[in-house]
This record gives sequence, C-alpha cells and structure tokens, in this order.
Amino acid sequence: MREILKNHHRTTHWTCKSFSFYFNFLVSPDLPEWNFDGSSTYQAEGSNSDMYLIPAAMFRDPFRKDPNKLVLCEVQKYNRKPAETNLRITCKKVMEMVADQHPWFGMEQEYTILGTDGHPFGWPSNGFPGPQGPYYCGVGADKAYGRDIVEAHYRACLYAGVNICGTNAEVMPAQWEFQVGPCEGIDMGDHLWVARFILHRVCEDFGVVASFDPKPIPGNWNGAGCHTNFSTKEMREDGGLKAIEESIEKLGKRHEYHIRAYDPKGGLDNARRLTGRHETSNIHEFSAGVANRGASIRIPRSVGQEKRGYFEDRRPSANCDPYGVTEALIRTCLLNEEGEEPTDY
Amino acid sequence: MATSASSKLSKAVKQQYMELPQGVKVQAMYIWIDGTGEGLRCKTKTLDSEPKTIEDLPEWNFDGSSTYQSEGSNSDMYLIPAVMFRDPFRKDPNKLVFCEVLKYNHKPAETNLRQSCKQIMGMVEQHHPWFGMEQEYTILGTDGHPFGWPSNGFPGPQGPYYCGVGADKAYGRDIVEAHYRACLYAGVQICGTNAEVMPAQWEFQVGPCEGINMGDHLWVARFILHRVCEDFGVVVSFDPKPISGNWNGAGCHTNFSTKEMREAGGLKVIEESIERLAKRHMYHIRAYDPKGGLDNARRLTGHHETSNIDEFSAGVANRGASIRIPRTVGQEKRGYFEDRRPSANCDPYMVTEALVRTCLLKEEGDEPTVYNK
Repeated sequence: MREILKNHHRTTHWTCKSFSFYFNFLVSPDLPEWNFDGSSTYQAEGSNSDMYLIPAAMFRDPFRKDPNKLVLCEVQKYNRKPAETNLRITCKKVMEMVADQHPWFGMEQEYTILGTDGHPFGWPSNGFPGPQGPYYCGVGADKAYGRDIVEAHYRACLYAGVNICGTNAEVMPAQWEFQVGPCEGIDMGDHLWVARFILHRVCEDFGVVASFDPKPIPGNWNGAGCHTNFSTKEMREDGGLKAIEESIEKLGKRHEYHIRAYDPKGGLDNARRLTGRHETSNIHEFSAGVANRGASIRIPRSVGQEKRGYFEDRRPSANCDPYGVTEALIRTCLLNEEGEEPTDY
Repeated sequence: MATSASSKLSKAVKQQYMELPQGVKVQAMYIWIDGTGEGLRCKTKTLDSEPKTIEDLPEWNFDGSSTYQSEGSNSDMYLIPAVMFRDPFRKDPNKLVFCEVLKYNHKPAETNLRQSCKQIMGMVEQHHPWFGMEQEYTILGTDGHPFGWPSNGFPGPQGPYYCGVGADKAYGRDIVEAHYRACLYAGVQICGTNAEVMPAQWEFQVGPCEGINMGDHLWVARFILHRVCEDFGVVVSFDPKPISGNWNGAGCHTNFSTKEMREAGGLKVIEESIERLAKRHMYHIRAYDPKGGLDNARRLTGHHETSNIDEFSAGVANRGASIRIPRTVGQEKRGYFEDRRPSANCDPYMVTEALVRTCLLKEEGDEPTVYNK
C-alpha cells in the first residue's frame, strides 16, 4: 500500500489516501501520477474539481513499515498549472539556479501539543502551569509534558529517512522543538513537510494534536517559530563571515518582503508572535547580532569567533511554508534581488 | 493520586515506535546542570555513527537565558562532553552524555563545579580517594504532596517504613526498581537501595567511585531518577526537609577513604582527617548544600538522626554525629568514615572536593586555597 500526501496550507490540514499495488516496486521512478477531489480540500470548485498529484519525494513508511512508502506530492490544477499553495515548483526552479553555491539549510521546528479540547496537553484544565523558567530542556513529570510523542516522532523520522538532527523541550510547557537538516536546496522543504506529516500522524496515534500556531496562548507564554539556519559553500569556507555579513545587509533592506514570506498569511500570523519579547525580534524592525536571541538574525557565537559558518534567521513562523522561506533567502542573498516583489525569471 | 497526563499516554503505542530500527544513526542526549545548581536539563543530537569514547562527541551550545544562566542579548553557552553512559531509555547504541557548561568567554559557568573538582582530584591521585554517596529522596505526586500519602492528611508516624515491605509500608517501589535497572544498564555504579524512614522516601547508594567519578556517577543517577519518575508520572524531590515536623529529612551521607585509610592501621589517618574536619566545620557546611547552608539548616536539627548544624561531632556508630565511624572500622582499625552532613540536594563535586581539600591537601580556614595550574 502506498500513502500519497498532498500539502495544503491554509489550515495546515493534511489529506492522504492510499491504494494497493499487487506487486513490489523496487525503485522510485515507478510511482504513477494520481488525482483527487480538490473541492473537498479548499482547492477547487465542485464543477471542475479534479487536481493532479505529482510524486516528488519518497520515504519509508514508519507506520506501515517496509516495503510501504510515504510519497510527498506536488499539486497541479486541472490545466496543469501549479495549485495556489504549491510553492515547491518555484522553490525548485530557484534552487536549481544556485546549485553551484550549495545552499544548506537547517530548520528548527517548534510546536505545541494540545489535547483534543484545544488546551495545551498536561496543563490544568481550568488554569495555567507555573511560569516559564524550568521547562526549557527540562526533565521530570512537572517539567516535560508529552515526551513520548517526541521520542516516537524522532524514531519514526529516522526510520523514514527524514534528516532529523535533534530535539529539545521548549520554554513553554507542552511545547517542543525538532530540527531537520542540514539539507541542500529543495530537500529542506521536502524533509520538513514530511517530518510535519509524521508528527501529526504520531500525535493522532497518541490521541493528541500538534499545533504549529505561532502564538497558541496569548500573554506571558512563548510563541512557536521555525528558526532557519542558512549557509553557502562560500560562507562555510575560510573568511566566510564576510559573505554572511553581506547577506545580512541585503536582508536588512528587504525586511517586509521576508515577513510576508515567513507565514501563510503574509505576516498576520507572525504579528501575534514577533513582539520583541520572549526571545523574538519586533516584527516592524530588522536587527542582527552575535549570540543575540532578541534579533531578527542571530550569528552564533562560534561563527563570530571562527569567522565562518552560517547564520540563523529567527523570523519564520512555526506554520511557515519551508519552500517559501528557503526560496526567499536564496532570492535575496544569492540572486541579489531587491524591492517588494520577487523577480520573475 | 496525582500522576501526570503524560504518564497516561499509551505505552503500547510508544513501544511500537521505539522498536523501529534506526539504521546507523545514533541519538546522543546531552545533559547539564542549570543555573540553580540543582536542576538538570537535556537535549538530543543525531550522530552519524556510534561514539566509542568521549572524544567522539562534539561540543555543543545552548540558550543560557532560558536556564537561569545568561542574558538574552548574549546567551550562547557551551556544552563540553565530560562522561558518556549507555541510554537506558532509548537503549543501545544511543548515549547519555553528561557535560560541563562554559560561559561565552569559555570560563566555567557559575554552577560548573566539576572543573575545579577535577583539578583537585588530579592533585591527589596517588591517595586513590574513594567515595560512596547515599542519595536520599522523596517521591511526590504532581500536586507536590508525598506520593501515596492521604491527600488531606498524614500517614501513621515513622517506625514501620524503613526497609519496609507491604502496601502500607512501601510507597512507590516500582520507581526504585526501574531506576536500579536503568542505572545498571547505563553503567552507573549503583551499589544498593533501601526504603527510608519517612514513607515515600527512598535511598540509593552510588560507589565506590574514585576521584571525579563520584560526582559524574551521582549526577547521572539523579538524571535517570528524574527521567524514570517522569515516565511514571510522579516527581522526585531532593529537598532536604520536604515535610516539616516529626518527619525525617533527606541527606546525602558521604563515605570517604584513601588508600592509607584502607590499609592496616588506617584508623589513625581517619582520626587525623576527622580532627582537620572539626576545625573547618563552617567551610564544609557552606559546601554541603546549594544555598551555602540555608537548605541544610532546615534538616540538621540534631533530631531525626542528624547532627546539629551549629556543632561538629564525631563518634563510632553514632548517627547523631556529624561524622560517624562505622563500628566495623573501629574494630578492624582501618576502613573509611561517613560524613553525614551533606544535604540530599548537594553538589557531589563540591562535597568531594571539600573533603579532599581539608583531609588530603590539609587546608585550613574559611576559604579554599587557589592552586595555580
């Protein structure tokens, strides 16, 4: 059996379906195109609802196990043009234009575990836990809420072949983070989307819900981001800090364009999160600094010392589209674009 | 009974995922002491192959502003792998990696007491200092009340619980059993357990460990206990006096010997050490809990098998003294002695360092000597 996934942004709902093959397929080019009813996924009208699923990346299935597969797909409209929320197709084109620079990404996906009642998992039903402080990287039943999900997700991703490189408990209780990377080019978006699918599916098995909302609880509780680490071959080599600083200058001139690219609502979601408090920068101002978690861009201290490495863009929201985020970074830093709109190549 | 929501998640579901093969990738959980000097923090990194020695583990960093260790504007702190153990939760080939913490300028963090302990232990290697620490702790529900106690009252008075058996005497043995096995698997030098005088209070012992190993093994044993309790949905407390009144406190009695003390006629060296300790009581009291003696002040009352915090005393087989010489040691004229003053929430690096400074490096006075490297 195979499970076909399509990505679909507005409410980050996933839809998937499977069908059986009567014989084993050994190699990925054997995956056929498929289609689905777009009028049931906020993507088409009922009168003209067929949309196409184009297999893009294949992973081992950690739920059904070998030889079964997960297949991440691009969506095309009836006229073969990309669906509105298919941001992969332009990301792929932009990545191919800069392949010789070997752009690497690492994305730190934060998320909150909720009960089916919408309340954060483990929180008292009619109140709040004690204030933030003891929970970040914490251990103990009074500090870590829902570690089983994290452990199961980590193993499932390793099995599937997703490039998961770490996990930690986050500042708000019931909030966690996993990191995917380093991934080159289009792989970043592919691996992160599949890691998110696996997380939803693991939470479903446990009877809880994963939320990527950037500010699930208002007030003195941390939001959820998707800090994006970025480097090119030049930045990773000796003296690469200069290329990093040049990139940050370009980003400094294009703040609004990036803010629009960094959540699925053109910045409205992030406006609830990027307040300048809780280790965020203010959404209206661009800033950068070494080891500064209150800045838009943070240069890790070791990078400042070794004069080469990577930098961290802390602006993307937890519910961002990684294709949109990585494409924006390439356009501004490597293709040297300026102004409010992306260039049409 | 107040157990956590997490503990009620399906363990059968979790087991299915934990059985998935992980290929060549290895999970390394880095563990460190936070800014309180008592709390432990952890996060995990994927490695491309199994580390064979500590040198195979890369340095890392973390956000110290979230662990009471630095400001947000300059928050990076370094994690330096110090000791590696097998991971009893994720199992082989995965690892637990206990780390030292360095500030942004590469100096040790305020609560990194391992660095100076290692230096001191390095100066007295020829004495082969051995330690055994008796870690007492209390199991609490998520409501903060001792586990198994009536929610709006108290159990019967102390007497039947110490080393007890039976549902009316032993509260939470599953945690103790699970912790013991996990420590053995991990490679922690756990040498025993017993139920303690207060119900829901237990003890495990780690040792004999030589030099820096004592602190390493005890901190990792504590981490494993926190993590085991998390799985069961309860909380472990190392508070030295969790319930005020006629209920025992929790200590970390520290047994100590050198090669000389363990050899024939060693009792003389033991007595000399005790004389030195008697002259430096306040320095040791300050080193024996994370608040310079304030925590222990609630515990060391002179009742409940403790000595009074204001007085130093020593005696053979005397559990009301600061230092107890076991009766067998008094008879065989050699062996070790037990310092009963350290609090359950002490830092074992600081405790073992203080004992070595006073007894072996023969320091005197209120402040530790600064030795140039």
